Amino acid sequence: MTTIFLFFILALSVFLGFELIAKVPSTLHTPLMSGSNAISGITIVGALIAAGTGQTAFGTILGILAVTFATINVVGGYLVTDRMLAMFKKKPSQGQS
Amino acid sequence: MNFEILINFSYIFCAVLFALGLKLMSSPETARRGNFLSAVGMLIAVIMTLLTHGLAYQWIILGVILGTIIGAFTARTVAMTAMPEMVALFNGSGGLASLLVGWSAYHAQQTSPVFTIISILLSILIGGVTFTGSAVAWGKLSGKISAKPLLYTGQQIVNSVLMLGIVLLGLIFSLNPASSYPVFVTIAMLSLILGILVVIPIGGADMPVVISLLNSYSGLAACAAGFVIQNNILIVAGALVGASGIILTQIMCKAMNRSLANVLFSGFGAVQHHSKSGVQGEANPISVQDTYYLLEAARSVVVVPGYGLAVAQAQHAVRELAQILENNGAEVRFAIHPVAGRMPGHMNVLLAEANVPYDQLFEMDDINPVMETVDVAIVIGANDVVNPAAREDESSPIYGMPIIDVDKAGTVIVMKRSMATGFAGVENPLFFKDNTRMLFGDAKASLQGLIAEFKN
Repeated sequence: MTTIFLFFILALSVFLGFELIAKVPSTLHTPLMSGSNAISGITIVGALIAAGTGQTAFGTILGILAVTFATINVVGGYLVTDRMLAMFKKKPSQGQS
Repeated sequence: MNFEILINFSYIFCAVLFALGLKLMSSPETARRGNFLSAVGMLIAVIMTLLTHGLAYQWIILGVILGTIIGAFTARTVAMTAMPEMVALFNGSGGLASLLVGWSAYHAQQTSPVFTIISILLSILIGGVTFTGSAVAWGKLSGKISAKPLLYTGQQIVNSVLMLGIVLLGLIFSLNPASSYPVFVTIAMLSLILGILVVIPIGGADMPVVISLLNSYSGLAACAAGFVIQNNILIVAGALVGASGIILTQIMCKAMNRSLANVLFSGFGAVQHHSKSGVQGEANPISVQDTYYLLEAARSVVVVPGYGLAVAQAQHAVRELAQILENNGAEVRFAIHPVAGRMPGHMNVLLAEANVPYDQLFEMDDINPVMETVDVAIVIGANDVVNPAAREDESSPIYGMPIIDVDKAGTVIVMKRSMATGFAGVENPLFFKDNTRMLFGDAKASLQGLIAEFKN
């Protein structure tokens, strides 16, 4: 039953994703990409559990590595997106054109 | 048990924040807030996960500190021109993380239901391909390895055999996961090799497609990891990213008038194409000073930037020139082709960095109808995206690709280093048109020369 549930969530999320992304203007495609990239770092949740529950040394090492790489993805992704978006500015006043 | 419910409720909240964050990305005015909300969602997901009982924090903290230092440092210091390879790197680390999550899940418990085992295999496969694929893309984009497509005979057979091998080993593995650790490791290694092999035949200018696709994969890998640990927030977030990457991939392919299969397998640009009509003639060179006279008199100017602008780091110079032209009474617009640059929206970010307001940036479909009213079109470091052969020459390999119709403007100034062909290896008849003038030399130097002329 849980499995069916998860597939339900998957199907609706994919649909939602298509609807949301189709509305993003091409000007913002690079920040969209790095921002959504950061979201895919959600795998950090799995990494935290793996690192925190590792019963063997090797299991813990796998977990720590997973946490490290997922954190790079999340922190780097959000920061770089913010840096880019901060640069997008409207024309200050009524242009002279 | 109540705690468990609280955690799940907070995950729902996170999912809402992710969706809202993406929704706010639909306008440059709200995008920054959207990104912030999305980050808040991530933070809540992390904190709530940490509150799950029985986690050993000392190892987690080590990984988080390491990752934060590396991530924050690179994000702060990367140059805007290097954004494509940066995104490839982050993408790769996300894929690797998903692979590691799948691995550690198997390592912790080797007897799992078949469904979990399949999910583990998928997170290994997709995560592995994302990791090495992104690493190769990073190498090509940053010039660490040749951006040329690397082709050899039987390439597709090798890749197919590899893929088939992974599927077969996966079958063997899922029949008896408990005693198949070596098989598991082999699958992981083969996935990593597959990632390298599928990206090496793809050339530099096709990277926008590859990056979009890898972006999608990193989401799908997170999704698979979500099925492994039966966690819905991973599935929601992973699916959102997966969908986003697929849409961008489609947009890029459409902008090149090629199918995804053609981009991935054809090694476009590896061979020199010869157009049968054989565009010949004299290209008309122009001096900086003559260009100045042209621009000085122009009332309406369109600038078409391409990857060459990024290479020459000329975004600030072009902004300064645009400013001068505006003060001179001309209307200046930037026309941006969807595949200009090395990733979707690359040019927009570069121009934004140079303080060009985003309402001055126009998409191809908005600028083409008014191109005939434009006095001067300046092409900077772009080639194939303004090649009229795409419109006129049916034998051209890029025939059918939508282009920016600069040749319809009064005069076209093409800033270019030499007469060399573009990435696609296609001759550009634009250079030989009567209304085209070639301004040879480094784009940045030419632009600075023009600025100096205006200031004289």
